[in-house]
Amino acid sequence: MTEPLLSVCNLTVEFTIRGGVVPVIDDLSFELAAGETLSLVGESGCGKSMTALAIMGLIPSPPGTISAGSIILQGEDLVQVTDARLREIRGNEVSMVFQEPMTSLNPVYTVGEQIAETLRRHQGLTRRQAQAQAIQMIDAVQIPLPDRRVHDYPHQLSGGMRQRIMIAMALACQPKILIADEPTTALDVTVQAQIFDLMQNLQKETGAAIILITHDMGSVAEMAERVVVMYAGRKIEDGRVEDILLRPQHPYTRGLIACVPHLLDTVTSDRPYLQEVPGMVPPLADFGFEGCMFAPRCNLVKDMCWQQKPDATKLTETQSAACWELASNNGTTNA
Amino acid sequence: MPDVGPMLELRGVEVRFNLKRSGLFGVAPQLKAVDGVSLSVQRGQTMAIVGESGSGKTTLALAIARLVPIAKGDIQMGDVDLLSLRGESLRTHRRHMQFIFQDPYSSLNPRLRAQNIVREPLDRFGIGSVQSRIDRVQELFEQVGLRQDQLRLFPHQFSGGQRQRIGIARAIASNPSLVICDEPVSALDVGVQAQILNLLRRLQNDLNLTYLFISHDLGVVQHMCDSIAVMYMGKIVEQADRESLFNNPKHPYTQALLSAVPSADPNRRNRGHRTTITGDPPNPIDLPPGCRFASRCPLVVDQCRTELPNLRVVDRTHRVACHLVE
Repeated sequence: MTEPLLSVCNLTVEFTIRGGVVPVIDDLSFELAAGETLSLVGESGCGKSMTALAIMGLIPSPPGTISAGSIILQGEDLVQVTDARLREIRGNEVSMVFQEPMTSLNPVYTVGEQIAETLRRHQGLTRRQAQAQAIQMIDAVQIPLPDRRVHDYPHQLSGGMRQRIMIAMALACQPKILIADEPTTALDVTVQAQIFDLMQNLQKETGAAIILITHDMGSVAEMAERVVVMYAGRKIEDGRVEDILLRPQHPYTRGLIACVPHLLDTVTSDRPYLQEVPGMVPPLADFGFEGCMFAPRCNLVKDMCWQQKPDATKLTETQSAACWELASNNGTTNA
Repeated sequence: MPDVGPMLELRGVEVRFNLKRSGLFGVAPQLKAVDGVSLSVQRGQTMAIVGESGSGKTTLALAIARLVPIAKGDIQMGDVDLLSLRGESLRTHRRHMQFIFQDPYSSLNPRLRAQNIVREPLDRFGIGSVQSRIDRVQELFEQVGLRQDQLRLFPHQFSGGQRQRIGIARAIASNPSLVICDEPVSALDVGVQAQILNLLRRLQNDLNLTYLFISHDLGVVQHMCDSIAVMYMGKIVEQADRESLFNNPKHPYTQALLSAVPSADPNRRNRGHRTTITGDPPNPIDLPPGCRFASRCPLVVDQCRTELPNLRVVDRTHRVACHLVE
């Protein structure tokens, strides 16, 4: 395998809360190849967004610190570099699109100024060049009349257009990695489809790798090539999209897919109850438990699960999961 | 209430909002949030209303609950003419019609204990004796899957899913016949969604409830509804029973809406029949004369731009408002 673009190794992020120090990301490792789309999946509070912030060097401190591990981007460890270097990397090499486009745009500057700012800061363009480039970017994200829209303020745009502006801004410097944190959660499905098409087209043109954070398996199927499933700060399963969706192995992944009423191709009068995953994600104070974090909600739980944290078991060449049940009958999985 | 006929019948319901006028002598523009909606909801069934944000689905729900003024039309619930109710008679009628809200955080009074939140409708409508109300609250807690030791807790001590259970217990406390669920699971995590959806279906079976179910999530709607109405810019563009609508959507907007949903089902994805619609909906204050979907419709013809299509029956229960559907 060729050198990955980004490799996250044994990353641990700890938060100091009232009850002590807890790991919000616990020994997380994954790799991202150039130009690929990787999806981080899980319920809220599982550490997906925190992983994105760690890569961007934006972990709020206090209460958070990166206590172990490394984030290697093209041979450079983002955990070790100076703040000045991080500022160069952010927006230039790695950039991010957030969930709520209204709160992540500055309401008192026009969208053109905001895109141009990124270009002036990172590419050293003049004001005029940056403005011209901003118009091009707005055109690239398929907003009609870009030379007029460039003078609009965020409140004059619809939700979908604001998210397009965020994408234009994120892609302005042609980053190698685009992190999209639930980019379409606040949008209608028809607009979501437009945004996904746009992201895929721009990815083809610029060759950027995308990390898509979501809880919707439909979006994963549409966008991603590989999936990392997270639960309570830990990676519990990863693999290729087709494998994860059709042959999920970890009980949590199976539950996560089965509990959602997916839109079916053909509807019949038969309507079984949804399969429930009982309980909910544990509160932060319970993170870092020495057994399996999923044990309290798991229907296959056994003694071992309460005592020791399961390591990732390689199930196939491309799929692995961290579960004692799977580890015990490794090799004879019901694939 | 008699047990025959539809539970709820709407005819030509219209809700208008007055907007701020422009300038001193300008005319205050009106926004028709709901424009001539007619539909009927059968007893013990779930009628879903879907549409994008701004399509008027929540306003329609508020109108049925008489929480916004209705400009025109007629709403019949059983044999009661809802629009003729005023003051005290409207208040007492509300025991038959309850609401489950989207946000379980802001829809519960933070200063009341859970048992008092659930008990409030019983007190307000004077249902049962004081002692029987205490028993009833305990029974409701059990029905929605909350524990008896949680009776005295405050809302902030519950998780999102548990709060929604409190909201559901409150909604069914007065034994309503109609429950309006406005996006009841969209604020919840996926794992918790399934629990709440199953609970709603179980309660419907046990208590013979009629649901008006409002959602933008077509997967959830497909799972929950018996019949479905698709709204666009204040009008119903298509209405049918569940199987008919999902297996054979006729309106171009419905087709686009369904094909826009990203699907984990490989059969659905491999068909590659995605009809993407471009652009944004028209300005609701200054609507075009013809079909409201004309500006985004992939199949648009000249007639669509000038003539507003009526909702007409195309196949038994299936109604569509489109010039191009035979």
